[in-house]
Amino acid sequence: MFSVLAVILVLPLVSLVSFLLKNEIKKSAVACLGTSLAAGSGLILLFVPFFQQPHDNVLIPTNIPLVSFAFGVDALSRFFLVVIFGLSFLVGIYGFGYIKEHKKFVNSSPFFSLLVAAMAGVVISKDGLSFLIIWELMSIVSFFLVTAEHENKEVQNAGWIYLIATHLATAFLMMAFVMLSKSSGSLMFGEFVLQNNRTPFLNGLLFIFAVIGFGTKAGIFPFHVWLPHAHPAAPSYISALMSGVMIKTGIYGILRMLTFLGSPPLWWGETLVVIGVVSAVMGVLYALMQHDLKRLLAYHSVENIGIIVTGIGIGLIGVSLKNNMMAVLGFSGAILHVLNHAIFKGLLFLCAGNVMYIAHTLTIDILGGMIKKTPFTAMLFLIAAMSICGLPPFNGFISEWLVYTGLFNGILNSLGHTVLISIAGVLGIALAGGLAVACFTKVFGVVFLGESRSGLLQGSREPPGLLLSPMIILAVLCLFIGIFPWPFLNMVFGAMQIMAPGAGLVDSDHVMSPLVNVSTIFVVLIVLAGLMISIRSLVFKKKQIQTTVTWDCGYAHPTPRMQYTAASFAEPIGSFFQTILRPHVHRDKTTNVFFPEGAVFDEHVPDYAEYNFFEPLFKRIGSIIIFIQSKKKSTVQSYLTLIFITLIILFVAEVWFGI
Amino acid sequence: MNWILVGIVLTTFVVLGSSRITTRIKAVAIQGGLLSVLQFVARGSLFDIHGALLFGITFFIKTIIIPLLIFRSIRGISMRVDKEPKVSSHSLLLTLGLITTISFLNINTFPLAVGATISSLLIPSALTTVLTGLLILVTKTKATNQIIGFLILENGVFTFGMTIVSEFPTIVEVGVLLDILVGVFIMGIMIYQINRTFDDIDTKSLSLLGDA
Amino acid sequence: MEYNFLCNIFILIVMPPFFVGVINRVKSIIAGRTGPPILQLYHDIFKLIKKNAVYSRSTSCIFRIVPLTSLLIVLCAGMLLPIASPSPISFQGDVILFVYLFALARFLTITAALDTASSFEGMGASREATYGALSEITIFIVLMTLVIIVKSLSLNKMLTHGQNVFVADPSVILLFLAFFFIMLTENSRMPIDDPHTHLELTMIHEVMILDYSGPDLGIILYGASIKLFVFMAFTAMIIFPCSEGPVWAGTGILFLKVLAVSIMTGLVESFTARIKLIRIPQMLIASFVLTLFALLITLFDQRML
Repeated sequence: MFSVLAVILVLPLVSLVSFLLKNEIKKSAVACLGTSLAAGSGLILLFVPFFQQPHDNVLIPTNIPLVSFAFGVDALSRFFLVVIFGLSFLVGIYGFGYIKEHKKFVNSSPFFSLLVAAMAGVVISKDGLSFLIIWELMSIVSFFLVTAEHENKEVQNAGWIYLIATHLATAFLMMAFVMLSKSSGSLMFGEFVLQNNRTPFLNGLLFIFAVIGFGTKAGIFPFHVWLPHAHPAAPSYISALMSGVMIKTGIYGILRMLTFLGSPPLWWGETLVVIGVVSAVMGVLYALMQHDLKRLLAYHSVENIGIIVTGIGIGLIGVSLKNNMMAVLGFSGAILHVLNHAIFKGLLFLCAGNVMYIAHTLTIDILGGMIKKTPFTAMLFLIAAMSICGLPPFNGFISEWLVYTGLFNGILNSLGHTVLISIAGVLGIALAGGLAVACFTKVFGVVFLGESRSGLLQGSREPPGLLLSPMIILAVLCLFIGIFPWPFLNMVFGAMQIMAPGAGLVDSDHVMSPLVNVSTIFVVLIVLAGLMISIRSLVFKKKQIQTTVTWDCGYAHPTPRMQYTAASFAEPIGSFFQTILRPHVHRDKTTNVFFPEGAVFDEHVPDYAEYNFFEPLFKRIGSIIIFIQSKKKSTVQSYLTLIFITLIILFVAEVWFGI
Repeated sequence: MNWILVGIVLTTFVVLGSSRITTRIKAVAIQGGLLSVLQFVARGSLFDIHGALLFGITFFIKTIIIPLLIFRSIRGISMRVDKEPKVSSHSLLLTLGLITTISFLNINTFPLAVGATISSLLIPSALTTVLTGLLILVTKTKATNQIIGFLILENGVFTFGMTIVSEFPTIVEVGVLLDILVGVFIMGIMIYQINRTFDDIDTKSLSLLGDA
Repeated sequence: MEYNFLCNIFILIVMPPFFVGVINRVKSIIAGRTGPPILQLYHDIFKLIKKNAVYSRSTSCIFRIVPLTSLLIVLCAGMLLPIASPSPISFQGDVILFVYLFALARFLTITAALDTASSFEGMGASREATYGALSEITIFIVLMTLVIIVKSLSLNKMLTHGQNVFVADPSVILLFLAFFFIMLTENSRMPIDDPHTHLELTMIHEVMILDYSGPDLGIILYGASIKLFVFMAFTAMIIFPCSEGPVWAGTGILFLKVLAVSIMTGLVESFTARIKLIRIPQMLIASFVLTLFALLITLFDQRML
């Protein structure tokens, strides 16, 4: 415990040193490599048995009554720490190489170490106060990282949206923690769990606050609005860290909050499954319609968070129904998917960084043919794409398999509308999976395959080894977890037992046994594929191989611009779901019918949650606030009135609802 | 029994899913036939003279007379296929799925379920048929489709009637059937009149007749 | 056990092209022609494998390795099924692997199609991705219904049912019809896609493989026939579950079952016209609603609602 705390305390020092340095290379080297080193040593410490005393919480008392800072590492925190340190280690190395090529990101690099420290701090906090403080720190630090290119108007906008979203979320969390500490008389997490004499109404309220507050950070629909703005704005290595790990602190928060709330009623799990399914399907649908690579990946985070939340939901239903099998499958699937998503989404964002490095643009439709110039990046992207679609034999399949089996168990072991919700869960994840295949074949096909659609790739080359080596590790992990998930599953089961205390090791063995078959099949499949491909290449040595142009249907002069674009690839799905997506189509109809000249067609899909939910909501709120301001002319009395109204509301909440 | 009920629901699906008016009318005819068989089976005994009579009358009216009437009324009207559906057929079919799910879900809270000794599928199937009939009435504006929606709605109610088939006087059912027949008859005349006035049988045109 | 499994694999490797021949024969008989020999596809495959190959300059290594890998993947999916006798590699939850293996094959095929830089192949890829995603959820409903009927997550249990009789239940028949339609969709057969058309603009599967030649084309044809066989076998097993008897009896029964389904496919292909591309999603939703109805009936029968 102390060792982990020490590692986390080293990180702000690294950041400080980096702040003080003037030299650009040294500054970024200290920030990125220092963080990487610290994270790497933290990772090692987590696995060295000598440093693993489970119950040694650190308590830092203060002079203020009721206030003390507690830190501790249990199995759940430990799992998230592994994810955080693991990805930070690799991203740090990549970040150094990335900043060397993009000097404009040098000044924001010291915040990188702070972000890692804050994320690790969030998951080891064991009391409400330090949790909230570090949580806020994490939000603010990541705000600075998002606005690294602060001269850019779009980046500023993204930064503001992110800041507002994350603060609104924190407001809900503060309310939740205040209510928790009031009911238990302490700010300690341990007391939250023990003093469980809250009314079901209060527990339900806390659950809703947690889902909104942590869900905003995690990016569940419709609170995901900041994600598609912040991820493209941030430098790629930060996007990888934010999408891979930071949004998972939201998942950690939901899981941690659930441990406080005691035995869950059925509707919590059902709500989470519904939320998860909606997030998964909407996320992938919006992703399909994007034209910017990083925006697309950001929407895929929404999808994957949806899958994770579905897993948590089915686990909760299992706990409510006292069905251990469901609980084990659901929670393990969700928790394993946290790790898997960190790996493949991190890899995908780093690939996006490589694309930026190679082609200096992320607009999908003007790229193409990169596999010939940069085969490594292309292959890494392919592996990550197949993993994120949940395809065998990669890691995404294992966690999705766990969630699926959990849902199938839910169908078999529940009654009434719970069955229908489980069915909806299966259908939602299946649809999201199918659409994810469409989405990633689109991205991979359009960006990496075919011919280059513009002259962007002239003279481009593979990024240096510093950028590629962390990515290769991630890709290997994708395959490794897919084939050999046991070491990771053991960690997952440890964390899972905090969520479902009733589930013993017997149940997890039950889960393991089919996975043996899965990995045997995968190994045989891969070996056979390798064998067949080598036989093929031997056979083809004897054959005459000719090369020619692609079949062009007799058309005289095809150009690379005539390739199928990402937009046209996604069109059938877009028109199929147009009732949900409501695309805005702009068509220039001035062209002559008989002698067509230049024509313009433009289609984009605005985010429904952003433009039809939050924008009107904030406009309404804004108009109310302006109303207050203008009526009272901002006198002292007007502010006192506001305070008075707030007091009355709090009083009513206190007396009538006992909150 | 279950087969007939499934058949009834499936014909409803066909009516909603197809885009050809003739297919729909045929489906309604088949549904009428299934209904007449259903009520014959529901009565239990084969040699019940009332049952046989009612079977004959129902079959005659629902499967032969009414479809023929509709076929007659659309003769000469060029609307074999829906040109511009108000609601896209995708969402219509998905709504149908939703309706079916809801009909099956709320069955336990349905008071009639107690009386349903014939088949447990009876109430959900009837509910699905009624709701789908309403859905057609709400979403389709052409007069022919309105008739079909109305017929399906009635068929659903008829299926509901099977729960109390044994204590229901035959004469009432025959009376109801005659009412339906008259209704279709009148609507057939209306189609003719609307078409003559507006060159189209969209019921939206009827709002033009107001005083405005 | 091992012997039975080897028998399964043998059937899976040897039989599939035969049934494509059966379908074509049925079609030609209906059309009043003699048609190609039933074993024509075997000749075609061997002939193609002996040939040399031509590749497009736009393609990369992905284009070259996809045919073999997707063939292997489809074979692997087929091995999970109790073809002539229960499959020894079947396990609790293999239904998901079954569906996802096909998804993997689809991913690779689409990728290879996009590798050619041809807009025709792009069109085919786009359609395959769309219809694949939509038919996948229907497949999942079918699987869920079977899971509910047999209360188990393994394909072995699901498709053996424990008895060897014609399951005359409305929901099972509905499932059969819906899955038959899905089989036609997934294998790009007649009402969805015409396997013998020559118009690139309207094809789905055939247009995706336009640029393949020689051995790779042979492997693709072979893989497609295996996929068709696996889907037909699955379709047949929904109403005629696999028997528990000796392996030769299982083989014989399977042969008859798949023969029946292929004749049915041939008849459907002869008597239906290809539907408009725009109408395909609607047909897929219709099959979705149909299976949903079957699922609801099953849930209702099992008193789970």
